[in-house]
Amino acid sequence: MDLNKVLEYLGSYDGPEMNIMEVCGSHTGAIAKNGIPGLLSQKIHLISGPGCPVCVTPSSYVDRLLDLAMEPGTCIVTFGDLIRVPGQKGSLSLAKGQGARVEMVYSPMDIVDMAKNEPETTFIFAAVGFETTMPVYALLMQTIVEEHIENVKLLTALKTMPEVIEWLCDSGAPINGFLAPGHVSVVTGTHCFEKVANKYNIPFGVAGFTGEQILIALYGIVNSYGKCKVMNFYPSVVNDDGNPKARDLINTYFEKSSAAWRGIGVVEGSGMVLRKEYARFDAGSYDLIDDHKINAACSCDQVLMGKKKPYECPLYGKVCTPMTPQGACMVSTEGGCFTYYSNNRHD
Amino acid sequence: MQQDIITMVHGSGGSATSDLIHEVFASEFKNDTLDQMEDSAVVEGSARIAVTTDSFVVTPPEFKGGDIGRLCICGTVNDLLMRGAVPKYITCGFILEEGVSIDMLKRVVHSMAETAKEAGVQIVAGDTKVVNGSGEFYINTAGVGIVADGVDIKASNACDTDVIIVSGTMGDHHAAILSERMEIDTNVTSDNAPLVDIVQNLLSNNIKVRTLRDITRGGLGTVLKELAESSGKTFYIEDEAIPVKQVVKDFCGLLGLDPIYMGNEGKLLAIVAREDADRALEIIKSSKYGEDAAIIGEVKVENPGEVILKTRIGGKRSIDILQGEGLPRIC
Repeated sequence: MDLNKVLEYLGSYDGPEMNIMEVCGSHTGAIAKNGIPGLLSQKIHLISGPGCPVCVTPSSYVDRLLDLAMEPGTCIVTFGDLIRVPGQKGSLSLAKGQGARVEMVYSPMDIVDMAKNEPETTFIFAAVGFETTMPVYALLMQTIVEEHIENVKLLTALKTMPEVIEWLCDSGAPINGFLAPGHVSVVTGTHCFEKVANKYNIPFGVAGFTGEQILIALYGIVNSYGKCKVMNFYPSVVNDDGNPKARDLINTYFEKSSAAWRGIGVVEGSGMVLRKEYARFDAGSYDLIDDHKINAACSCDQVLMGKKKPYECPLYGKVCTPMTPQGACMVSTEGGCFTYYSNNRHD
Repeated sequence: MQQDIITMVHGSGGSATSDLIHEVFASEFKNDTLDQMEDSAVVEGSARIAVTTDSFVVTPPEFKGGDIGRLCICGTVNDLLMRGAVPKYITCGFILEEGVSIDMLKRVVHSMAETAKEAGVQIVAGDTKVVNGSGEFYINTAGVGIVADGVDIKASNACDTDVIIVSGTMGDHHAAILSERMEIDTNVTSDNAPLVDIVQNLLSNNIKVRTLRDITRGGLGTVLKELAESSGKTFYIEDEAIPVKQVVKDFCGLLGLDPIYMGNEGKLLAIVAREDADRALEIIKSSKYGEDAAIIGEVKVENPGEVILKTRIGGKRSIDILQGEGLPRIC
């Protein structure tokens, strides 16, 4: 289909008002980067959902990580975004300033060499993420189990997408369509969205991450208003069944659990934890369900559920900026508040 | 030199310090002023001078396409050039941690000397200190340049309809350093280079240059926003016109980085009068280190301080300065 026709359709759409939620943080970033909101008619609203792994990690997780960071002989290994996320006791970045050892990596597998080089140190990987990152954590588990590396542990906060999407709809979030996460779907496939699509007559469009791929998916979603439909607009890498091999690997080391989402609470069946037989590799993840706002007025929960736009939060741009984040959504480059702030979005 | 690494004795001020200075530094930086070994350098001046200082902490100190030595000369010289000055003199202070390899130090110092020669500046004063640590080292520089009468290049100068040019591809240095740290073989080399030829050719051809800015940490996005704010104008930029090497684009795609917020060490942004734009582009393109230059946008009198990037699919993105930390220790 011709891109100009897609643009014309989306720009002049005059049907029922549509709230479309993108549940993936990378989509939130790509939407801002491509200037997509300005190309859509006033009747199409894009909402950033709970798809940024850092943003949905509860404060008790960050606090547990801080406690571990201050233990002698311990090194916390993490992706960069988590370093500045505030818990009740501060952030990893502050702990680092107080002498804690925190290493930033781009791949969890880097921890293997670190652990081999320093057998006297306990290395703890801050394993946050969705279905997309879980296969790598499973691969890490496979390596440390097979190679008998005993000084690596995981502090997990692993979440699954379909369950939280269903929870959002069950809770009455005003959503008429989902821009479904491309990377997650590589692992899960597209079938997993059918249950919610059926239950609420909502269209899902699985999308890639270029401007064109997002526009095409939005076109499909808007065109399917009120219909139960799961459409795959990212067929180059996503298929209906996903990647069973990756899922098998995940299921070898992890099992389903309830999970706490920052600002949302515990959603049953929406997480994964290490299986009991591998519990010795866990750094204390099983009971991390408490979540406390560091600023009572923070609206991250409302933003994550699509009930508020970031700029409708009373703290946005005033007390809460990327330099002084009050909630996790303002920390991560994939967070809804961060993206709105750094791109001056007012849509 | 008796030893092959730096130890505390090299900071004693006694004979080991003297050996270090003579064998590692003075032999490379040799010139009449420095050779006097006085407490301060006395040099020729002018009515208007440009002065700058900078510190260099890049890790690793040697990387594809450059090293901390070349980087510190380029960084200092380029800062002077951005005010239209002719760079003349540089001073340098070395903070060496115990354990620095003297061989590496010699390579870095040699590279500084070569780059200074290329940029036409003299290193006229220096200092070394040795501190506890684990073999890292840092360089602080000061630079002095001479500004000719009538040259007035500054951030607030941009006028309505002016044209915005960048002198080459974005993100090379940042990607090179990051690949080095992550041990990813990307074949991206740092762009660290002194931009003397570009600036002097623009000025000697009487191009109406309003503003020049070295596009370093924070990247193009940050520079554009700062200049739009200083001048109180709106900048319109075409995303597709911004030159980025394919390999850097791919690298950014993998790591979720945005080339417009990536640092460079040999690229400048020039704002020139519209009537001179084509000629300015041609001059930059035919100057050393300017072959990939491109016109990327224009200046308008609309909303003060706003930078609008027109995206490839026709969307509009409002550009702010880099939020968050970026990549630490890239220069």
